[in-house]
Amino acid sequence: MVAGHNHKLSPVIVDFTEELSDGIYLFGFRRNFDFIAGQVLGIALEENGPRRLYSICSGEDEAHTKILYNVIDEGYLTPRLSDLEAGDTLWITEPRGEFTDNLNPAVWIATGTGIAPFYAMLKSGLGSNKTLIHGNRFLEQFHFYDEFEAVLGENYIRCCSGEHDERVYHGRVTGFLEEEPELDPSLKYYLCGNAEMVVETRDILIQKGVPFHQIISEIYF
Amino acid sequence: MQEKLFGKTLEELTTLTENLGLPSYSARQISEWLYKKEVSSIDEMTNLSKKARAQLSASFDLGTSLPVDVTESVDGTKKYLFRAQNEKYIETAYIPEEKRNTVCVSSQVGCKMGCLFCMTGKQGFQGNLTAGEIINQYRSISEWKALTNIVYMGMGEPLDNLTEVLKSLQILTAQWGFALSPRRITVSTIGITPAMLQFLDQSEAHLAVSLHTPFDEERRKLMPVQQVYPLKEVLKEIRSWDFGRQRRVSFEYILFKGFNDSPAHVNELARILQGIRCRINLIRFHPIPDTPLESPNEAAIKRFRDKLIAKGITTTIRASRGQDIWAACGLLSTKKMTQKE
Repeated sequence: MVAGHNHKLSPVIVDFTEELSDGIYLFGFRRNFDFIAGQVLGIALEENGPRRLYSICSGEDEAHTKILYNVIDEGYLTPRLSDLEAGDTLWITEPRGEFTDNLNPAVWIATGTGIAPFYAMLKSGLGSNKTLIHGNRFLEQFHFYDEFEAVLGENYIRCCSGEHDERVYHGRVTGFLEEEPELDPSLKYYLCGNAEMVVETRDILIQKGVPFHQIISEIYF
Repeated sequence: MQEKLFGKTLEELTTLTENLGLPSYSARQISEWLYKKEVSSIDEMTNLSKKARAQLSASFDLGTSLPVDVTESVDGTKKYLFRAQNEKYIETAYIPEEKRNTVCVSSQVGCKMGCLFCMTGKQGFQGNLTAGEIINQYRSISEWKALTNIVYMGMGEPLDNLTEVLKSLQILTAQWGFALSPRRITVSTIGITPAMLQFLDQSEAHLAVSLHTPFDEERRKLMPVQQVYPLKEVLKEIRSWDFGRQRRVSFEYILFKGFNDSPAHVNELARILQGIRCRINLIRFHPIPDTPLESPNEAAIKRFRDKLIAKGITTTIRASRGQDIWAACGLLSTKKMTQKE
């Protein structure tokens, strides 16, 4: 495979792996590089194997770099990643990407494992003046609920489409946004999730008066 | 559902015929029927024995499929709809011009790149097309024998489906395939750097890159890919690639009024493209539903072109075609999909 200079892979040893809920996994390895919260890594099982990009799901100063993913049955990499055990070797690129935030107030919007870059931002000290709208199908999938709520309080909004709970908006993220009477057009809106969610959410934000240049999206490619 | 023969490489056909116990030369015979002659069934492959045809028909389908719909513009442009998986549709445009006839093929059903200005992205992503489904768009339109050029600029991001796109290019250009010159084929990408490098290495087709603004911050707002594969990295790799004398790189630039059409954009384009032998293709924006973007007027588009030319950059304005039939990519199939739902 031809690879550009900063797409080269280096080996890392997996320190731990855990299935957080049905089909959703977290694994970690010792960090030996600097990164900015919100960046991604290219990950491959072999030095010359196919690689995929994953958002880092841990703070900039944490000892371990963590990766959150859900298993896509028809995918190439994630079913194999789910077989990983501590002590296995993985290959990673240098961290890359510009989906990064700062200390200014902003709205974070994620579905599923699209929460990873925002968790990295939270753990890197960027959560204090943010609103997070997070969508999942099941309640058990809000894995970092306690940590987000501890910092964001009422500004952490969970949207659950498949189960009811009085503390949670019942429906999708897009439904929640549609029902919002107004959105602050001066804020930045960070979106992370699959293409359909990002495109739909972006359309709603624009319809509700948010200028498109205030919307920053990251899509799972 | 039976496996399809159309879209298989000579190597795959060789394996397939070996597995069936057919003579070693039959793979080449099949490839000639598939890619050089016109047949509508395996039974018409008359230089294969009756037994071989029966064996093939038991497990395989020819694999070509005709469009389910066609709409013709007053300017002669045609938009074909082909059925893809899950009751979705892909679009193929036929664009006749004075000196050439181009087919614009899709590489995916929907798209997951989420560019702000694109209608296909609003469908979401349903799946990758196979090499057979890609070249079927070339082979199964009625004008196929008159086609001079193929552009991978329809629905989807070709380099997000690299394996099948490379396979389709192999079939289109190999001597055992359609034997087309790779110089008649252009693959357009938004700039997925690792896949672009693989494409450059494993194909001889021309490269087109969707640029749309030279400024990183602006490009982030238009194209989410910029977050992970920034333009400066794409250009760095292109600058260091040996394109030879014949192979061409071009940059697609949709003009948006008041967003990417200023003199500062001209100056920055000239700066970042310095040292790259290339052409800029300016494209008029055809508004899609609910878009916040607008097209500048004709005079502004021409002024932008002239300023780029004055900076020494070869610049053309792409003719707008088929506006009366929703010919911009993604419009027609999204309309069809919406009707069904």
